[in-house]
Amino acid sequence: MITRRSFCKKALLVAGGLAIPLSAMEVFDPRRLHAEKDAPGKVRWVFLVDTYKCVGCGFCVKACKTENEVPYDANVTRTWVERYITTKDGKQYIDSPKGARDGFISAKIDQGEEPPAEVRNEDIDKAFFVPKLCNQCDNPPCVQVCPVGATYQTEDGVVLVDRSWCIGCGYCIMGCPYGVRFFHPVYHVAEKCNFCYHRISQGMKTACVDACPFGARRIGNIRDPNDPVTKIIMTERVGVLKEEYGTKPQVFYLGFSKEVK
Amino acid sequence: MKNHVWRPLYVVLGVVALIVLARTVLVPKDFGVWERGYMYGWHRKGNEADWKKVKVKYKTTSYCKDCHEDKYNDLQKSPHAAIMCENCHGPAFNHPEDPPTLTIDRHRELCLRCHSRLPYKTSGRGAIRGIDPATHNPEEECTLCHYPHNPKREVSK
Repeated sequence: MITRRSFCKKALLVAGGLAIPLSAMEVFDPRRLHAEKDAPGKVRWVFLVDTYKCVGCGFCVKACKTENEVPYDANVTRTWVERYITTKDGKQYIDSPKGARDGFISAKIDQGEEPPAEVRNEDIDKAFFVPKLCNQCDNPPCVQVCPVGATYQTEDGVVLVDRSWCIGCGYCIMGCPYGVRFFHPVYHVAEKCNFCYHRISQGMKTACVDACPFGARRIGNIRDPNDPVTKIIMTERVGVLKEEYGTKPQVFYLGFSKEVK
Repeated sequence: MKNHVWRPLYVVLGVVALIVLARTVLVPKDFGVWERGYMYGWHRKGNEADWKKVKVKYKTTSYCKDCHEDKYNDLQKSPHAAIMCENCHGPAFNHPEDPPTLTIDRHRELCLRCHSRLPYKTSGRGAIRGIDPATHNPEEECTLCHYPHNPKREVSK
């Protein structure tokens, strides 16, 4: 027979047991604890874009598409260049025809409407080019949403996609606030910039950095205090894209402007 | 308890055993939590090596300069010095074995990437000497008059 005393005891025990979160019952894995503690490796790749130097030639886009076997005529690309034009009456124009694969050779602004917008040179307040690529975030939202572990971050900070493991659900494409991911037209899996992982891991620079004749794009190791890119990021006024999302992007921009999103 | 109660339980246990068995076969041995922890580092380790194996196509100017020293020297003294050879000549791959010759892009559009005049003062583009492609010898190849390895020099006819 149940007494009042034993009922109260058991009820308290059950309530207490329910209060223990599931995570507290997890067995400690020393390897995982080691991985999660703040133990920086020797390399963390970062990127630096100087928007003053970019002239919108698009050689970076051309080189990237060839180097990384992204079909040349498909309207998808791992990196692209945007043109920003602000006129004296406060109007804002942004375009990136074919991701600037062929550069910007015309003053006409291709915003997907016919006819293309035209701005007279004397009406321009400011005009400049901004290259975009994957930000290799420290908190990559695209990795968090992957349900199968097909996209992940390496120890040196680069986010990669496992083509044999990706199921093509597209969550990561939706999850990226910078819109850098897309479906590869041939492999039908998620595709993104990976800082030319095959090049940087053997001491080369990325294809876009090598192709840029103006030094507008640079890649460096933020954990090396003597790296010229690290020195600029540490001592000059650099900005990042969409800081408010908390993704901790690792592509830094010189010459930022509020128009750039 | 009667047999008909136990039988579905055996079926369930069988299904669970099958799933566990299939998992050990299908999931690669190197799949697990790696350096970036559970949230960001949950992956197949071997894929990192797969990405490192991608073939390098653009070999950069240092790959060209030993055999094409004359062109390299021309280029180094010119305002075009910073332009990598492969931007106009195409990726080297394993040239000269494969491919034996590279296709040179002599289209006007290649030069116009920088030299189509866009007078943007707030960008480096505004400082580059440029032309209006509609009025400056339309349809003609730029290399007819300009020597691309050193635009300051006269073109040899």
